[in-house]
Amino acid sequence: MLLLALDTATPAVTVALHDGTSVVASSSQVDARRHGELLLPAVDRVLTESGLRLDAVTGIVAGVGPGPYTGLRVGLMTADTFGLALGVPVYGLCTLDGLAFAADIQGPFVVATDARRKEVYWARYSDSRTRVSGPAVDRPAEITEAVAGLPAVGAGALLYPDTFPDVYEPENVSASALASLAAEKLAKGEELPAPRPLYLRRPDAQVPKNYKVVTPK
Amino acid sequence: MADEPLVLGIETSCDETGVGIVRGHTLLADAVASSVDEHARFGGVVPEVASRAHLEAMVPTIHRALKEAGVSARDLDGIAVTAGPGLAGALLVGVSAAKAYAYALGKPLYGVNHLASHICVDQLEHGALPEPTMALLVSGGHSSLLLSSDVTSDVRPLGATIDDAAGEAFDKIARVLDLGFPGGPVIDRYAREGDPEAIAFPRGLTGPRDAAYDFSFSGLKTAVARWIEAKRAAGEEVPVRDVAASFQEAVVDVLTRKAVRACKDEGVEHLMIGGGVAANSRLRALAQERCEAAGLQLRVPRPKLCTDNGAMVAALGAEMVARNRAASDWDLSADSSLPVTEPHVPGRDRDHDHVHEVSKENLYS
Ligand SMILES: [Zn+2]
Repeated sequence: MLLLALDTATPAVTVALHDGTSVVASSSQVDARRHGELLLPAVDRVLTESGLRLDAVTGIVAGVGPGPYTGLRVGLMTADTFGLALGVPVYGLCTLDGLAFAADIQGPFVVATDARRKEVYWARYSDSRTRVSGPAVDRPAEITEAVAGLPAVGAGALLYPDTFPDVYEPENVSASALASLAAEKLAKGEELPAPRPLYLRRPDAQVPKNYKVVTPK
Repeated sequence: MADEPLVLGIETSCDETGVGIVRGHTLLADAVASSVDEHARFGGVVPEVASRAHLEAMVPTIHRALKEAGVSARDLDGIAVTAGPGLAGALLVGVSAAKAYAYALGKPLYGVNHLASHICVDQLEHGALPEPTMALLVSGGHSSLLLSSDVTSDVRPLGATIDDAAGEAFDKIARVLDLGFPGGPVIDRYAREGDPEAIAFPRGLTGPRDAAYDFSFSGLKTAVARWIEAKRAAGEEVPVRDVAASFQEAVVDVLTRKAVRACKDEGVEHLMIGGGVAANSRLRALAQERCEAAGLQLRVPRPKLCTDNGAMVAALGAEMVARNRAASDWDLSADSSLPVTEPHVPGRDRDHDHVHEVSKENLYS
């Protein structure tokens, strides 16, 4: 087994290779504005570091969000197209599940990432492998009661200390965690879902005034 | 000719997911998935709706194009993609797909300019582009006069709209007349039964002191809307066919007049017209008439090649390969305002071997 995992649903552009036993190589860069530029070079770097070729990969794992859409789609489109070109399956995992898996917390907790517009994407877990509710998108103030007393993980929690006073690592998702989670699930014979984006919001139905750039003057 | 470059092109700058495959100047496949129906109720293209649709449509559309062309992805000589201009989020979906596809297949990647692609597509219809060629590009997003001596390296903007694109004016007037979205085809249809001289609508920027090659359609749009509203306010029936015909005539009169003048001024003998509005039957007819009168050769591709599609991107990509232009780097990014003066986005160290070296690692053995 050789899994290539990637996630672009948070400010992190993160890539990892997993051989079924452990992570072989990984790369994580935090830059919310450059997912499109950073992802392919990161894949190339991770492959080169491990002396492997892309066609040795037997499966692709992509974080399906939730996360800001433009960045999220970079990872999903890349994963989809790799799958097409290589003829290998593409699996989708909830990005928040990757954060939960990487968090070393006993007992129930929540994961929250930044959904912008003063909202968070969040989900509740009974342990690192078990999501019990969500993912959902809400204003922190509206879920303060629902998450009261629970430790929290993720950059979304760091942003809103009033709602999430007790925050733990990691801040951003890593493809290593996603790859390890996927490898564990596949080894157990679990079926992983297709890599479809978790948008959680309807598209803004606004037609911009000049929706296409014209020739510069 | 089997040694001409075989290139797959991806276009996602607006609401069409286009994947085309060409061999040199020969069109092999032109697969398009459009999200236009999803935008219709908003009266214009909603960027987020377009981007979501691109992500869903991309892989099936690549499949369809390969099947239609009857070629194997391994035989491709390169992957081309629209790097800009266009909707940022929509472009990024196509760029991501093209990069992943090129990388996985071990092929060079060519990020190309959407406007230059609109020009180059004519090679699939009428063979090699004459050099120089004057191009009039008109669509919902652009209205430009471009002079190109080499579509892979030299595209010069002579003029452009200073406000709305021509296609936008069609959409707006169709909306005022309650004819739906997009406006181009439906206005064309009604105009055929109307009198183009029934109402004298203004011709923007055609005064002696106005910029010779720039366009303005905002004033026309307002004048037509006012005329319609006045009729309605007076309780009279709006003569939809005459309004459509007279409005359309005002647009295509200015477009063709300025394009022909630019050809004469620059001593260019060939005019090509592209973009969605080039599908307009009156524009085609009047351009033909005026080019003949001026002794110019007119080249207008079939309507399906004028609207946004992947074949035009593949056509320009094939020309990049044929002329040995440098491939793009793997960190190619979408540039929503890529200037028309940059027909493609070459890699930073313009050494082809570097790109091939990296990708060779991932070639199928
Ligand atoms: Zn266009």
